[in-house]
Amino acid sequence: MTAPERSVRRWQGPAVFTAVAVLALVAAPLLLEPFRLGLLAKYLCYAIVALGIGLAWGQGGMLTLGQGVFFGLGGYAMGMYLKLNDAAGDLPDFMVWSGVEKLPALWTPFGNPVFALAMVVVLPAAVALLLGALVFRQRVRGAYFAILTQALAAALVILLVGQQGLTGGTNGLTNFFDFFGRDVAADETQRGLYLLVAVVLGALYLGARQLVRSRFGRLLLAVRDGEDRVRFLGYNPATVKTLTFAVSAGMAGIAGALFVPVVGIISPALLGVVPSLELVVAVAVGGRFALAGAVLGAVVMGYARTYFSEELPDAWLYLQGALFVLVMALAPKGIAGLAANLVRRREARA
Amino acid sequence: MEGVLNQLPIGLSIGAVLLLIALGLTFTFGQMGVVNMAHGEFIMAGAYTAYLLQGVGFLIALPAAFVVAGLMGLVLERTLIRRFYGRPLDTLLLTWGVSLLLQQLARDLFGAPNVQVASPAWLRGGIGILPYNRLFIMALAAASVLAIWAYMNRTGQGRRMRAVMQNRRLAATSGIDTGRVDQRTFFIGSGLAGVAGVALTLIGPVGPTLGTYYIVDAFLVVVAGGLGQLRGAVLAAAGLGLLNSYAEFWSDASLAKVVVFMAIIGFLQVRPQGLFFVRSRALS
Repeated sequence: MTAPERSVRRWQGPAVFTAVAVLALVAAPLLLEPFRLGLLAKYLCYAIVALGIGLAWGQGGMLTLGQGVFFGLGGYAMGMYLKLNDAAGDLPDFMVWSGVEKLPALWTPFGNPVFALAMVVVLPAAVALLLGALVFRQRVRGAYFAILTQALAAALVILLVGQQGLTGGTNGLTNFFDFFGRDVAADETQRGLYLLVAVVLGALYLGARQLVRSRFGRLLLAVRDGEDRVRFLGYNPATVKTLTFAVSAGMAGIAGALFVPVVGIISPALLGVVPSLELVVAVAVGGRFALAGAVLGAVVMGYARTYFSEELPDAWLYLQGALFVLVMALAPKGIAGLAANLVRRREARA
Repeated sequence: MEGVLNQLPIGLSIGAVLLLIALGLTFTFGQMGVVNMAHGEFIMAGAYTAYLLQGVGFLIALPAAFVVAGLMGLVLERTLIRRFYGRPLDTLLLTWGVSLLLQQLARDLFGAPNVQVASPAWLRGGIGILPYNRLFIMALAAASVLAIWAYMNRTGQGRRMRAVMQNRRLAATSGIDTGRVDQRTFFIGSGLAGVAGVALTLIGPVGPTLGTYYIVDAFLVVVAGGLGQLRGAVLAAAGLGLLNSYAEFWSDASLAKVVVFMAIIGFLQVRPQGLFFVRSRALS
């Protein structure tokens, strides 16, 4: 490779990132009507979760089928604060309906916005740290880990549905009015929220990229490709995996917290086994080995789902299933892998 | 006290169903490194087979469901899973796609609402706290385990199956046609899920998403019992079934799954590879 080519290479990444950022921060809010902008904001929330999955699964080899759990913890933490804020000293509406008379002790601290916002990250990260420490230390890995995270997602959904008075049951937390002094449903607020989600996603993407390129990231890749060899070199793979898992859980928590004001609801149906798996599939479709692929996959699958369930509601489930099978069978590296192949082929011809 | 005793047949029969489901999973996982999420849909297929054969007779539904689900498994193995051996995480996602397709197919064929399969007259009623239908499920699981044990330990095919499970390459070098063994294992494992589906029609309605309720718990049985271990699966299934029903009884239904999950994590601290496992010097 000649010197000028190499410098083109070096500027390619930042150029694409800037172009996407301009598109997302300037073009999208100007061109999209409020409803479509809201949809995009929702997909970008999912993209944040996908970024975490890309980090844990693509880079670290930990297939986590329970990101919905962390998404939910972040979402409920935010939802609880918003509910208490709307109730202004009274009980939240759903508690009155299910006959709860006094605010449960679990809820009380969430009236404080600082505490609630901290919990958005702390709760999911702590659960992931605990689970990771217990599981990875015992060298439980691969499919076992995937199954355990899936079981956790299943258990959390049943718990949330069952504790009606504490969690709002199947309906979850909804009917929010005020978001830090603004009307949450107003177009103005929603546009601001969209921008916030986009900026957070961009920042987390840069952070994750930096993490992958750091010494820690090298170690993570090494653990993915040869855990035992890393152990022989004197590192503890369990620590690397646990920390990465916690980071990805924290990202899912942030995504959940942003999702609540954007979409206006957090409920068990949004964080169970199926939504968790759907996001993993989105990452696979986009390309699990590239962080940008994970983000792309979440947005593409979000649009595909909306488009097909509007146009061909009956065919969507068939399409989704078939897409899955085809991607795993024919293009396990997803869109990012296909794109990289194209580039490589063009370079080879030149 | 009576309540406590009442939970016993409930827990054991759920354990029996989990066992029938988990046997197929533990063998396909242990032998081929395949995590088959579509296994739940073989349960559903078995249950719908019983639904379609309602007039014909319950005892005919059992072998019919075995064959229907077994053939579905065989087709899945031949067309798709074969290409993914040794890549458990990829098979997990691949077969989940298949499971979505099969669920939607069932919705189109049989309608989205649940259907009820009438239990045969001779399974209604019971002795004391032991309902006949739950006793029958336990007997069915016991008979299946015995049959599998005899197959694995007393037949040439079973010996070859164990050989492939313990060391695929060595088995292949010794002249065993591992592809054929894989097909048979898949057929039998999937067939047992079909039988589990018939058993489930005795205790509840049948719907397109029937399998999704049991697949996660069945995988936990595999994790706790140890890969490809018959004894482990039996003990883990009974334990998990009982733990589930008693946790529901003593706390409430919504906490039971959390209790079970924590129990499994706790158990893995003591036995990270499950109850039983093949000792080996290999690292992973």
